[in-house]
Amino acid sequence: MATARVVIVGAGPAGVRCAQTLVAAGFRPILIDENRRDGGQIYRRQPQGFTRSYATLYGTEADKARDLHESFEHLRAQIDYRPDTLVWNLTPGQLCCVSQGEHSTVDYDALILCTGATDRLMPIKGWQLGGTYSLGGAQIALKAQAVSIGHRVVFMGSGPLLYLVASQYLKAGANVAAVLDTSPLGKRIKALPKLMARPRLLFTGMKLLAQLRQAKVPVHLGISPLQVLGEADSGVSGVQVQTARGETLTVACDAVALGYHLRPETQLADLAGCLLRFDEASSQWLLATDDAGRTSVSGIYAAGDGAKIRGADAAECAGRLAALALLQDLQQPVDAAQVAEQHRALKLMDEFRVGLAQAFPWPAEQAKALPDDAIVCRCEMISAGELRRTVSEKGACEVNRAKAFSRVGMGRCQGRYCAQAGAEVIAAAAGIHVQEVGRQRGQAPVKPLSMLTREVTP
Amino acid sequence: MSARFVRLAEQGRPIVRLKVDGEPIEALQGDTLMVALLTHGPALRQSEFDPGSRAGFCLMGACQDCWVWTRSGERLRACSNEVREGLDIITQQPEAIWPLRG
Repeated sequence: MATARVVIVGAGPAGVRCAQTLVAAGFRPILIDENRRDGGQIYRRQPQGFTRSYATLYGTEADKARDLHESFEHLRAQIDYRPDTLVWNLTPGQLCCVSQGEHSTVDYDALILCTGATDRLMPIKGWQLGGTYSLGGAQIALKAQAVSIGHRVVFMGSGPLLYLVASQYLKAGANVAAVLDTSPLGKRIKALPKLMARPRLLFTGMKLLAQLRQAKVPVHLGISPLQVLGEADSGVSGVQVQTARGETLTVACDAVALGYHLRPETQLADLAGCLLRFDEASSQWLLATDDAGRTSVSGIYAAGDGAKIRGADAAECAGRLAALALLQDLQQPVDAAQVAEQHRALKLMDEFRVGLAQAFPWPAEQAKALPDDAIVCRCEMISAGELRRTVSEKGACEVNRAKAFSRVGMGRCQGRYCAQAGAEVIAAAAGIHVQEVGRQRGQAPVKPLSMLTREVTP
Repeated sequence: MSARFVRLAEQGRPIVRLKVDGEPIEALQGDTLMVALLTHGPALRQSEFDPGSRAGFCLMGACQDCWVWTRSGERLRACSNEVREGLDIITQQPEAIWPLRG
């Protein structure tokens, strides 16, 4: 039995495949997960007592979801699984954790971060109104709780998830008022050669769109969001956008699902001192890793969407690869054919990833067009105008400095939903490229801790 | 005011009774607090920074928009905590409230 203390953070597709590979090599890794159950967000499991089938829950991905869950069940006795546990900080060789209000530490020799991603958001005027949810959040409501986020739901933003969640809602019997995509058709056509790297997935995407059209759900491409309409106390009552033809379109609804693909959860890697790099294709900061998942810090590895946004299939490959890289670094025997197979699969997924970023681009230009009274930080109600003034009056062209002046990124979400858009607002106001304004540094605790948190000594 | 969330399936689960701001409500076993509250009303809490009410945002424990409290003062993320029989939930922040601006 191998003796290195290996800790994996995150029990989604990357974390589970990573654990499986390490167990096969004779290790007993610790697998820490913030969720109560394995599966991550994409293969999130419904609570005990729910009865919907895999086909109902995961559609075309049902077999993969079942396989991942079953793999985890087989692994459970061979790993040290710690669900419902947040890693809130780390120092070299030690993780700070909190579970059920109790703080504890976990020592590690090697760490594999499979921390996943959250929705990537661009603000729109009125998005702070109750009834606006992230697209991923809308999906979780349905998948994990069998509810719709409203009686009449608009799906707005861009990316494959937009069509996936809208059609899942439709299939489940929810009222889908409209699908409003900021990406114009032309971008998608241009991206086709790259998207052909994964023809099955491309076909699935096209089928989803066809299903929506067949159900007479209004689908508008190339829209510009104007505002979410509603009242402070009652919440959302509609959305207003400009269509590709330049007309103003108002859609009545009581819920909006909003999102533009994903952003990685890099806080722990950042606190560990791992380098990040600016990814041109998706126009955001990602972890700098080698192609097997080694970060710039020795002994720390990363896999899945937390390292590079490539989706669930790639996360499974990357989880295995990171484990294999660790085994190699520990001078353990590694099957070269298995390594080559994962690399081959990931190459196609990388190409597809770039195609997706081209087909459904991050709408940076919206940040520039955001009215001064639109809220950027929905936690603390800080407007685009206030953020712009930190640039024009205080000369803060670097995001951490602008954060100190404006508090954009200091609220309870700790910048998860405003930092990227905030950086675009700052860059546009300063007239420089978004890469030059930098990125908000990760801070411990990576999520708010309760003042009631107790320390336990083992 | 009317409910925000709409149940689409899985409605045969056992009933769980809890209190929200002193009023008894019925939820279903396996509901998150968020679903329990938002199938009865439009909001979870008041924003500390404006007169608006909030109803959660990310449902995955990342945004912290859905905090509610137990009567004993424990803070719970409504999206990631399940209902339990007899829970006594408060939607008003028990700690001092950050001064509203303006």
